[in-house]
Amino acid sequence: MVPGGIEVNALTKSYRTSEGVVPAVRGIDVSVAAGETVALLGPNGAGKSTTIDMVLGLLEPDSGSISVFGRTPHGAVDAGSVGAMLQTGTLLRDLEVRELVSMMASLYPAPLDVDEVLGLTGISELAGRRTQKLSGGQTQRVRFAVALVSNPDLLVLDEPTVAMDVESRHAFWSSMREFTSRGKTVLFATHYLEEADAYADRVVLMARGRIVADGPPTEIKAMVGTRTIRATLPDIDLERLAALPGVTHAERRGEAVDLNCADSDAAIRALVAAFPEARDIEISGAGLEQAFLQLTGDDDEPEPAS
Amino acid sequence: MKRTYLYYELLRTFRNRRFFFFSLGFPLVLYFLIATPNRNRGNFGNSGLSAPLYFMVGLIAFGTMNAMLAAGSRIAAERAVGWNRQLRITPLTTRQYFRAKVITGYAMSGVTLAALYGAGTVLGVRLGAESWLKMTGLILIGLIPFATLGIVFGHVLTPDSIGPALGGTTALLAFLGGTWFPITGGVMLKIAEALPSYWLVQAGHVGLGGHGWSRTGWIVVAVWALAGAALARRAYRRDTQKV
Repeated sequence: MVPGGIEVNALTKSYRTSEGVVPAVRGIDVSVAAGETVALLGPNGAGKSTTIDMVLGLLEPDSGSISVFGRTPHGAVDAGSVGAMLQTGTLLRDLEVRELVSMMASLYPAPLDVDEVLGLTGISELAGRRTQKLSGGQTQRVRFAVALVSNPDLLVLDEPTVAMDVESRHAFWSSMREFTSRGKTVLFATHYLEEADAYADRVVLMARGRIVADGPPTEIKAMVGTRTIRATLPDIDLERLAALPGVTHAERRGEAVDLNCADSDAAIRALVAAFPEARDIEISGAGLEQAFLQLTGDDDEPEPAS
Repeated sequence: MKRTYLYYELLRTFRNRRFFFFSLGFPLVLYFLIATPNRNRGNFGNSGLSAPLYFMVGLIAFGTMNAMLAAGSRIAAERAVGWNRQLRITPLTTRQYFRAKVITGYAMSGVTLAALYGAGTVLGVRLGAESWLKMTGLILIGLIPFATLGIVFGHVLTPDSIGPALGGTTALLAFLGGTWFPITGGVMLKIAEALPSYWLVQAGHVGLGGHGWSRTGWIVVAVWALAGAALARRAYRRDTQKV
């Protein structure tokens, strides 16, 4: 176990574009303890990738500081204590999968055994395949193997499952579990609430370059994981509906009612039990985008770049 | 441990058949096409050299220059798939990265050189051991500027622009450097003498005559090599910083 973790203080970063200076990260503080698995959750454009690139030393912050195990990002990378799977990128061609993973392993002071990593990431049967002949999901898994083989104290993953099919996604997270059980520190960006909820010890919620919430997954889920139940149910008092377990708010729309739920599972059971005449029932997720908009309000004023 | 890295870098370069065919096969085919009909001409274009020897030396300059600059295409392709960003989050240093690229470029050039030596021998080129060695030594030194320029191109250009850029550059450098026709005097000679390609061609010629490069030659090659190295560093640094 490595002492310290990641400390990010007052970090800012803006991009210069043709439309002027666009702030991507507007002053964030995050600390990740060694051994913790933290999800950076947020919609596109929240500043997750920019933050991650700065933690990895790929981008220089405009202001603020980052410490990775007591080192600068470059220092930590040079010491071989960071492994990462970036959001974009494919593989070096003209090599077999095992060769590529071995090549990358050779750059690190204490890499994992290549065959072990191939097994862990479920690509043993692809070991002899040329890297340019892999499917999208397979490529992602090889990229994950490249990140893992460095045997990093900190593993950083930027939207790792975006290009994966359901099966690859499942395989990916089981190998992640196996890896985090070794006491490693993991920071991953995602825009799937389910992934953050299922695999992180803690969720840092980002929107528009700021941190809007930071806490255990259950807490974050309660904040943004609202669902709406709609049912055709005329002539029922809204107050009785609002009082059902799991329901936070009830509204009438003609013959139908909309129930905003913190716990839609409890609410639907209670609804059907209390009002068997309810029909045309639909349950829909509010969606992260919508939830973020509620959380962040209208805080979209462009700020002076300072 | 970095040796393993270099090994795979070489392996993947030599495994790319299309690449290998064009950078090695092209000069060979060209050599046989041009030199075979002229194989019995003893004093080609008043150069004092036989035609097979003259064209062997010229195509060595052209072929090795091509093979060396081709490192640029590989770099551009790697950048396009985001591999440079991946490398930057490893402990691989800039120096080790450059070293691997330069050694790979030299390996490709070395194969081209050996193949053209072989082809020349087939067409009757006969030299003493000392001449072969001296010529080879000067050619390897004369390639340093091209090793650095390849890296510059690779970090400045994109895969779709680097093909024409490299093709044009090598054609121009080869032409002005006296690869195809002997340059004997006038303004053309003044221009040629300022180019590294001219000295690459001369590396062959003077190696055969037993003299070294003139002082101008050493200075021109050194200046190009140093300027190229400085530019390569700059290009790499700039390239690795987004915005």
